[in-house]
Amino acid sequence: MNSKPPLLELRNLSYSYPGQQDRLLKDIDFTINTEQIGFIGPNGSGKTTLFQIIMGLLQADEGSILLHGEEIKTGKDIFTLRKKLGFLFQNSDDQLFSPTVLEDVAFGPLNHGASPEQAREISISTLEKLGLKGFEDRITHRLSGGEKKLVALATILSMRPEMLLLDEPSNNLDPPTRERLIKILRGQDLAHIIISHDLDFLASTCTRLYTMQDGHLIRCEDKQIHSHEHIHPYGDQPHQHGR
Amino acid sequence: MIDEPFAQGSTFFHKRDSRVKLVGAAAISIVLALCSSFLVAVSGCIITGILLFLSKPDPALLLRRLIQVNFFSLFIWLTLPFTYGGGDALHVSFLNISLDGIRMAALITLKSNGILFCFLALLATSTTVNLGHALEKLGVPRKLSFLLLFSYRQLFVIHQEYQRLQRAAKLRGFTPKNSMHTYKTYSHLFGMTLVKSWNRAERVHQAMILRGFNGRLIPLSRPQPGRADYYFLFVMLLISLILAGLSFVSFSV
Repeated sequence: MNSKPPLLELRNLSYSYPGQQDRLLKDIDFTINTEQIGFIGPNGSGKTTLFQIIMGLLQADEGSILLHGEEIKTGKDIFTLRKKLGFLFQNSDDQLFSPTVLEDVAFGPLNHGASPEQAREISISTLEKLGLKGFEDRITHRLSGGEKKLVALATILSMRPEMLLLDEPSNNLDPPTRERLIKILRGQDLAHIIISHDLDFLASTCTRLYTMQDGHLIRCEDKQIHSHEHIHPYGDQPHQHGR
Repeated sequence: MIDEPFAQGSTFFHKRDSRVKLVGAAAISIVLALCSSFLVAVSGCIITGILLFLSKPDPALLLRRLIQVNFFSLFIWLTLPFTYGGGDALHVSFLNISLDGIRMAALITLKSNGILFCFLALLATSTTVNLGHALEKLGVPRKLSFLLLFSYRQLFVIHQEYQRLQRAAKLRGFTPKNSMHTYKTYSHLFGMTLVKSWNRAERVHQAMILRGFNGRLIPLSRPQPGRADYYFLFVMLLISLILAGLSFVSFSV
């Protein structure tokens, strides 16, 4: 029915850290097209490692990665993949290395061949879309934690990716910034995979959830009927959770 | 931690191209550093002092900088006159004060202040980033200008990491003493800071290659030196030439 190959496909990916017997990731098969997906799972279960493998920062022991149906093999393929998939790091300080916000946001476009004028234009419009107008000349290391996260997101969006990989984006954000991030992610017409322990955050930004268990990626049921107690008022009235 | 207070401003000096300022500062400071005559040192100090005055630095900040640097001159004044030797000497009770030593200390003080004035007027009025790019454009190896730019960006992060570790130690009752335990703790703190910085450097590098970095930093703005910059460069080089010429004029104190 669907003749177009999926945006990203993982086939039989396995990975173990050098010198370790147990495989951290076992035969992972996974496809994503235009969906918004959430990954949950305990610390150390390999979620971030999987992101690093997808981005070509780590080499899988077995299996293959396909972008639009084409297998990623050469360095050039990886370069293209890295432009199409934007990876938001857990720690924004690792991601912001230029002295000023504008330089950082323009870094990706410049590397991918934009002229300085084009890069400036793209960066300013990206910042504007994220509600960061006027941040251009701010010094990156003096931003607050929430601002850093949004600027880091801008540095990735300025490369016009087709999909986002976000590693615990809501960590250490104050409620207003968290809400702002949710709004931004919901407003984007982009596929994304979000790693998070924040179930409410995932519920507001994702349509499908996976958990990582013993090296396997397991799809969670969309809805589960269960009884639960209410610790908030009006629990007996019809209401929605997690929004 | 890292502020660039002198770089904030909009005087004639702030607006000059960083390359021009780098070349000018290098020329003047080389002449001053190599001179051995008082005439050159004094006139150099006066000229660079005027340049500094024209760049309108914050007086309180300036004073603090000057005290910091002249703290070292103080040590020279405390040691050189008593150790330099030479023919002429003043005898004050049991001390022999060498006149040559005093001359040397005065010369060093004048020279170092002249160079300091020159750097504050010319280099401190540019941001580190601009200086880094300017160095690259002047033909300094790319790796060196990277080092400057990245040290500038990461230094404070490393410092913060060190402070975090230090705070953690303090909160668990660590008070530095002259003991094996203290030395061991400090070596662990330094070692840990090193390891953490290494890991961070790796992650920053990953972030860079993910955004297409392939060994070349492309500057966002490419300012071209204007006519005023060339005039400015000419004046700076002229000053250095005159100062260099003055060293051939015989003049003795």
